[in-house]
Amino acid sequence: MSKKFTKDHEWISLDGDVATVGITDYAQSQLGDVVFVEVPEVGKQVSQGDDAAVVESVKAASEVYAPVSGEVVEGNGELEGNPALVNEDADNSGWFFKMKLADTGELDGLMDEAAYAEYVKELG
Amino acid sequence: MRYLPLTDADRSAMLANIGVGDIDALFVDVPEAARRDGTVDLPRHQGEMQVERQLSAMAAKNMTASSVPFFCGAGAYKHHVPATVDHIIQRSEFLTSYTPYQPEITQGTLQYLFEFQTQVSELTGMPVANASMYDGSTATAEAVLMAHRVTRKTRAVLSGRLHPHYTAVIENLSEMGGFALAQPDMAPLGAEDLVALIDDETSCVVVQNPDFFGNVADFTKLAAAAQAKGCLLIVAVPEVVSLGLLKRPGDMGADIVTGEGQSIGGGLNFGGPYVGLFAARDKHIRQMPGRLCGETVDADGQRGFVLTLSTREQHIRRDKATSNICTNSGLCSLAFTAHMTLLGGKGLRQLAELNHARAVQLADALGAVDGVEVLTPAFFNEFSLRLSGNAAAAVDALAEKGVLGGVPVSRLAPHAGLDDVLVVAATEANTENDIAAYKAALKEVLA
Amino acid sequence: MSEKQTFTGNRGLQLEEPLIFEIGVYDNCGVDLEDVPQVESRLGDCAAAGDIALPGLSEPEAMRHFVRLSQKNHAIDAGLYPLGSCTMKHNPRLNEKMARLPGFSDIHPLQPQATVQGALQLMDELAHWLKTLTGMPEVALSPKAGAHGELCGMMAIRAAIEAKGELATRTRVLVPESAHGTNPATAALLGFKVDEIPASADGRVDLAAFKEKLGDDVAAIMLTNPNTCGLFERDIIDIADALHAVGGYFYCDGANFNAIVGRVRPGDLGVDAMHINLHKTFSTPHGGGGPGSGPTVLSERLAPFAPLPYVAKGQEGLRLVENNADAEHNPFGRMVAFHGQMGMYVRALSYMMSHGSDGLRQVAEDAVLNANYVLASLKDVMSAPFEGPCMHEALFDDSWMKDTQIDTLDFAKAMIDEGYHPMTMYFPLVVHGAMLIEPTETESKASLDLFIATMRDLVRGAKDGEVERFKNAPELAPRRRLDETQAARSPVLRWQPPEAKQAAE
Repeated sequence: MSKKFTKDHEWISLDGDVATVGITDYAQSQLGDVVFVEVPEVGKQVSQGDDAAVVESVKAASEVYAPVSGEVVEGNGELEGNPALVNEDADNSGWFFKMKLADTGELDGLMDEAAYAEYVKELG
Repeated sequence: MRYLPLTDADRSAMLANIGVGDIDALFVDVPEAARRDGTVDLPRHQGEMQVERQLSAMAAKNMTASSVPFFCGAGAYKHHVPATVDHIIQRSEFLTSYTPYQPEITQGTLQYLFEFQTQVSELTGMPVANASMYDGSTATAEAVLMAHRVTRKTRAVLSGRLHPHYTAVIENLSEMGGFALAQPDMAPLGAEDLVALIDDETSCVVVQNPDFFGNVADFTKLAAAAQAKGCLLIVAVPEVVSLGLLKRPGDMGADIVTGEGQSIGGGLNFGGPYVGLFAARDKHIRQMPGRLCGETVDADGQRGFVLTLSTREQHIRRDKATSNICTNSGLCSLAFTAHMTLLGGKGLRQLAELNHARAVQLADALGAVDGVEVLTPAFFNEFSLRLSGNAAAAVDALAEKGVLGGVPVSRLAPHAGLDDVLVVAATEANTENDIAAYKAALKEVLA
Repeated sequence: MSEKQTFTGNRGLQLEEPLIFEIGVYDNCGVDLEDVPQVESRLGDCAAAGDIALPGLSEPEAMRHFVRLSQKNHAIDAGLYPLGSCTMKHNPRLNEKMARLPGFSDIHPLQPQATVQGALQLMDELAHWLKTLTGMPEVALSPKAGAHGELCGMMAIRAAIEAKGELATRTRVLVPESAHGTNPATAALLGFKVDEIPASADGRVDLAAFKEKLGDDVAAIMLTNPNTCGLFERDIIDIADALHAVGGYFYCDGANFNAIVGRVRPGDLGVDAMHINLHKTFSTPHGGGGPGSGPTVLSERLAPFAPLPYVAKGQEGLRLVENNADAEHNPFGRMVAFHGQMGMYVRALSYMMSHGSDGLRQVAEDAVLNANYVLASLKDVMSAPFEGPCMHEALFDDSWMKDTQIDTLDFAKAMIDEGYHPMTMYFPLVVHGAMLIEPTETESKASLDLFIATMRDLVRGAKDGEVERFKNAPELAPRRRLDETQAARSPVLRWQPPEAKQAAE
């Protein structure tokens, strides 16, 4: 499945029934140097739009929201010792958490790559 | 007026430059109903001499600790502060500087905060300390809130031997925040079974060392027992000089250590400003309240210091902050750092030994008076007496004889049923003459 | 400017200074202590096992160390400190002298009250000045800082709501988007839900939007006035009336009281609780970050819940009421041990008595005049987001620099090389790249003229593309820009002895 995107600059990528969630390269560039990431606990139930994780830069702390509803099955342990991964490779190895989806239909409401690129362009 | 540099000519020129006729034009947004002509009903301006005269008259009505034999403690202690310390904190660049948000031009403040954090860490035996809080009581209350956050539980178990003001502050914050508390009754000595009060919703156990009555203890067993039940042990230290001689709370296994730093660098000041100490374990750093100063390098690779981990704080996390705190105790933490620097570890040890020796001499002297029983078996520089009569009345009578003889428990805990108990402190500031004078006066009062 | 390299790394009077732990030794002590008399130990088994691993310094070494550190700081005594919202006014030295009178500094908070009547008198006098200046009937002196005062005001409000049995329903607190971070932090701490009120185009609370948010589930509004954009909330009485009509309470953040002290009384605006920063409006020193003091004035509706302790007139003089049983009203509790920041009360009262009612009114007028002078002198070259005069602080945003390569941070760092502490940056959040300038009333016209000229030159430089002047700044301060990322990613929060560092590696 190709990646989908939210208005809050999260991406989600489905593989079988487990989805991986991260923040986009645009988001990391806006945040500046990431100094700390708080990933959700395994087993946490989230609804679409709930607070799921926190990403901290020196001057700001931003919420990362669950793009869809489901259950967290894994947090990215790499980020604890190396939060800079989010800056270096937000689209891949800088992923935040993995989750099982409650309702794959929710993905339909998200933007695809082209739509997200348009959206970012309009943010100016 | 001496603090206002603008002259009338300046004011006219500036108003003209701005393009308005008079100063009222700049207050145009104030609603009519709230506009006041003239001044409020208070005295007009005065010169230094007049102000000094009035304030000196007020000051002269107070009996100062240095002018009489003085033995009051209960959370605020009279120690000698070297003249150097007061001089350092009055340097313009420390006194009139601001929070170091622009680190390039506030390395003075940042470096002493780093030194302060190191000193507090070493004294408490904990890996990390913050850059100070308002005082010991609010630091301890913040520790309880932190324990709730870390464990995600909502109840605290408090020793019955906490300073009653500390208990009151924790109670207030807990009630307002919807948290529960359990606390046994106050008793000047005997065993306290705090572990029995721990339940599934308990996040922490809070004890004080030395406790309000002066008892000293080793909380190693309590730390292990509390942690086995999923709780944090918080140890509050209201007399920081005790850390010069007693086993460190960090070495007992405490999870959070709070304290009142007034004894090092600060005078009595009728209760404030004081300086709260706060130290914790590495794994809990991100849940710590207050400011933290960290080491880093600048663009030329030179070592420097900055405020760090700010994302915990109110100006960034806003409603998700670890605390609403904004100021630390700045100048008081500098006074602490400077005094501690002059003492060093060796000096602090000797100072603490001197405090303990004076207290032992005092206990021996007073214990020999009829109607006086020394209650506290093991103490640092403060202990409790049971008197044959009402302790508050005895203290008032002693004051009339020119002796400030301690703090009656009933002043802070009027319903504890301990109206005959007096808490007494001795420090290096007391002489053998003071002790003799107190003994003589107490004998007369109790006769 | 000389590029000369030196052996020490010092540059003339700019001296490098190591940490205490790198220069002191364990055997050194700068205090002469008496010999310890021989006594039988009563420590039980609680004695420490080892030595305290902290070095000491002799008095000359200690003095030199701290004097050198002080030389690295900017300070009000050295120059203009235009931090918006902080009121960096001159700190009078009479304050320091009065606070050090032994009758105020050498008294214990718990000695018999008959022996400290002069201290209670001072507290009572300060309370009188604060109540009169604000037009409010009651004041809680004990909060130890502004944020603590906010907590006090909101706790009083919560207590009042609880007394009416409405705690379960009144759960919302309205806070403008432009509010200082302590406001939502305080509300959340007390279990309220924070609901943001948008600003209107003129930088003030949008009255219509505010009224729409009202309901009987509103506990309070937390408003700053003048607000964090330096503007007076024109609709404030309407806001208070509408809020009171639905049974809510008005908390006012008094950080900006310097703009209106002596001219406007918050009590006349419908305020129920307001904290006052003695270290802002009333000149007690900022001390590098504290100690502060935040007495909180309370309206008739909230006075019954004022916390312990407070000074009351007794039969035999003044008395301090410290326990619930002795209180004649219904205190919500106690916020701090002992009685509050006595040292700051003395300083503040010394200042108030010096200025008097006429002087304090002049303070507000000169503060507002100075800020408007700066605004008028810079708005043609910088961009002010809101029309019309300001109060005691002037706000600019970064739209004027959008075609340069400079941002607000770069601009601020370049000010440092010019000898100025930067203004407040990136606050309030409602304006992009905010720059908030509060000169205060203790700046002379000459000082302002030089500041304005410097700012104009910096602006010209930014627009002329003098990029390095900004991007490389500061070049002349004791340190260049510091790596805050590293400090946050790998926190080093205390000095480690070399053996410990090696063991860790």
